[in-house]
Amino acid sequence: MVEEHEHPIPPLVRALGWTSLGLGVAQLAAPGAVSRLAGVDDSPKAFGAVALVGVRELFHAATLLSSRDPAPWVWARVAGDALDLTLLGRAIAGRTGWRRGRVTALAATVAVVTATDLCAAIRASRHRPKERSARWMSLHAAVTINRPREDVYRYWRDFENLPRFMTHLESVRTTSDGRSHWKAKGPVKKAIEWDAVIVEDRSGEVITWRSTGKATVDNSGSVRFTDAPGGRGTEVRVNLRYAPPGGKVGAAFARLLGEHPEQQVRDDLRRFKQVMEIGEVVRSEGSPEGTRALRQAVQRPAQPVMSGSAS
Amino acid sequence: MKANCWMGRNTVEVQEVPDPTILNAHDAIVRVTSTAICGSDLHLYDGYIPTMKKGDILGHEFMGEVVEVGPEVRKLRVGDRVVVPFPIACGACGACEHGMYSVCENSNPNAGMAEKLMGHSPAGIFGYSHMLGGYPGGQAEYARVPFADVGPIKIEDDLPDEQVLFLSDILPTGWMGAEMCDIKPGDVIAVWGAGPVGQFAIASAFLMGAERVISIDRFPYRLRKAERAGAETLDYEKVDVLDALRDMTAGRGPDACIDAVGMEAHHPAGVAHAYDRARQATRMETDRPHALREAIMSCRNGGVVSVIGVYGGLIDKFPMGSLMNRSLTMRSGQCHVQRYLKPLLGRIRNGDIDPSFVISHRMRLQDAPRAYEMFKHKQDECNKIVLTP
Repeated sequence: MVEEHEHPIPPLVRALGWTSLGLGVAQLAAPGAVSRLAGVDDSPKAFGAVALVGVRELFHAATLLSSRDPAPWVWARVAGDALDLTLLGRAIAGRTGWRRGRVTALAATVAVVTATDLCAAIRASRHRPKERSARWMSLHAAVTINRPREDVYRYWRDFENLPRFMTHLESVRTTSDGRSHWKAKGPVKKAIEWDAVIVEDRSGEVITWRSTGKATVDNSGSVRFTDAPGGRGTEVRVNLRYAPPGGKVGAAFARLLGEHPEQQVRDDLRRFKQVMEIGEVVRSEGSPEGTRALRQAVQRPAQPVMSGSAS
Repeated sequence: MKANCWMGRNTVEVQEVPDPTILNAHDAIVRVTSTAICGSDLHLYDGYIPTMKKGDILGHEFMGEVVEVGPEVRKLRVGDRVVVPFPIACGACGACEHGMYSVCENSNPNAGMAEKLMGHSPAGIFGYSHMLGGYPGGQAEYARVPFADVGPIKIEDDLPDEQVLFLSDILPTGWMGAEMCDIKPGDVIAVWGAGPVGQFAIASAFLMGAERVISIDRFPYRLRKAERAGAETLDYEKVDVLDALRDMTAGRGPDACIDAVGMEAHHPAGVAHAYDRARQATRMETDRPHALREAIMSCRNGGVVSVIGVYGGLIDKFPMGSLMNRSLTMRSGQCHVQRYLKPLLGRIRNGDIDPSFVISHRMRLQDAPRAYEMFKHKQDECNKIVLTP
């Protein structure tokens, strides 16, 4: 599972988002009907203006409904309202009779909406996520291994074993006093290195570590070992927390390249299970490197691998 | 080496490919002496199993001689004659420890693919799509066999290939189909599909003490084989199966029903068949479940429906109400072949069963393309084809 420290969207913001969506669709689908309703269908420019406002409404809808930090986007809506009021003011000035009545009514409605937006914007600004925690990704995955808890713990505790089943790790070198030096392949083949210290280590139960100093990827992790019920072996639960290089954009890019972090951790645990239960990573001709997300997307045909060319 | 490769829907080609090499320490390389085409290979041939790739070597029923072993192989030696079970199983995970070899937790490196379709992943299978491992199959001159100490059974006496080859899949599959019926004295068992698996299910049901076995199919030559094995037969194109079974069992319905048909069933009524055929062709359902529906509807209250026919994905119009309200039990699974190898080899040896009776054609590996066409279209009363490289 991946969690990107989501903050739920406030209900008022969500409602505004849906309103924008409805308005935008109506304005784009039937600009003629909308301009007649607003009483501005006498102007040759009205048609285009209504459609443009529709596009803007869709933009509001998209940002309000998807953003984890909606405050700036609600303010954008307030700015949009101001623009609408200006346009409507000019429309009132140039019209008389029933048209003027309609435009005025519309302007009054927009004024109410503006007040609502303003209220939502102020509230959203007050309740903005304190820490810019969206920068942090945290993942967890779990697996059951048919081996005694002590054995599973001991294998993991020797960090130098980790690259045997964590394919993105090139090497881990442990030094004295619980320190270790990690070297990993980055999503675009750039090597990433960092030092880590063990924060907590309870034999057979839990190991927690975090990176120290200037790591390219700030990260920390924990692995917990518990007895699976009824002699089913050991339940292994891994939690990783890291700041992806390049922030959220970098993470999204890595995902595009098939390096979905969640999939990676799950694959790591699958290989860990294989290593613990049968002593090696299982390979097929379709996936000669063993379980790997990238390989699952682009399989080799199920034909023997020519010796020396596992690609 | 030469190998029979899947090249797209309705196309297989015997191609020159590299010889297999040891990839894991528990591997063995087997020189194939006999290999068979399975009804479930036709699901691949017809293009209904997803995640096949051009060039995939087919075949999951094979036997041969060990020519090379990996450094961790303890029980097999070069020169041993072995039959290889179709599910690949590690022997060390929780599932294998409980004898559930076909849902081995370690043998499918592409488990992530299978999880997307099925929630959890079953074991890898030789020559049966990438979702089930991406392993080359045994319709070839050589095959790499992972977990050589767990799967293959050594054949130490002089039983000919034809008598032991079907230990690899269809004999234990038919056997497990009958075993899941919990047959008690007096039981009437109905078996949908009188192909080789159905024929073995019939034989197994009798060996387990069934009073009567009723076989349902539409090909006269298959029904004749079922009759010869002692079964009563129904041609579903000529009779209403539900009615006929009700009648034959004085209203009770069969005590257990075995679906040995799977995902490409036929329906005698053109319209009903066209409905499922169209939904399958447009991928709105991947499987045509006619036999399964009928098996559920026909089974007696409180009875067992045993599914050994292969299904790939989703079905439509599943009579869940009948299953639930009438206290039916549905049991299924790809066969846990490893479990049955020794006992069934014993039964072959002591003459309880001679599985070679299913063979109708013997051909060379090079003739695989013609063999698939013959088998698909049931030409020349094609029941079971054995290929020799």
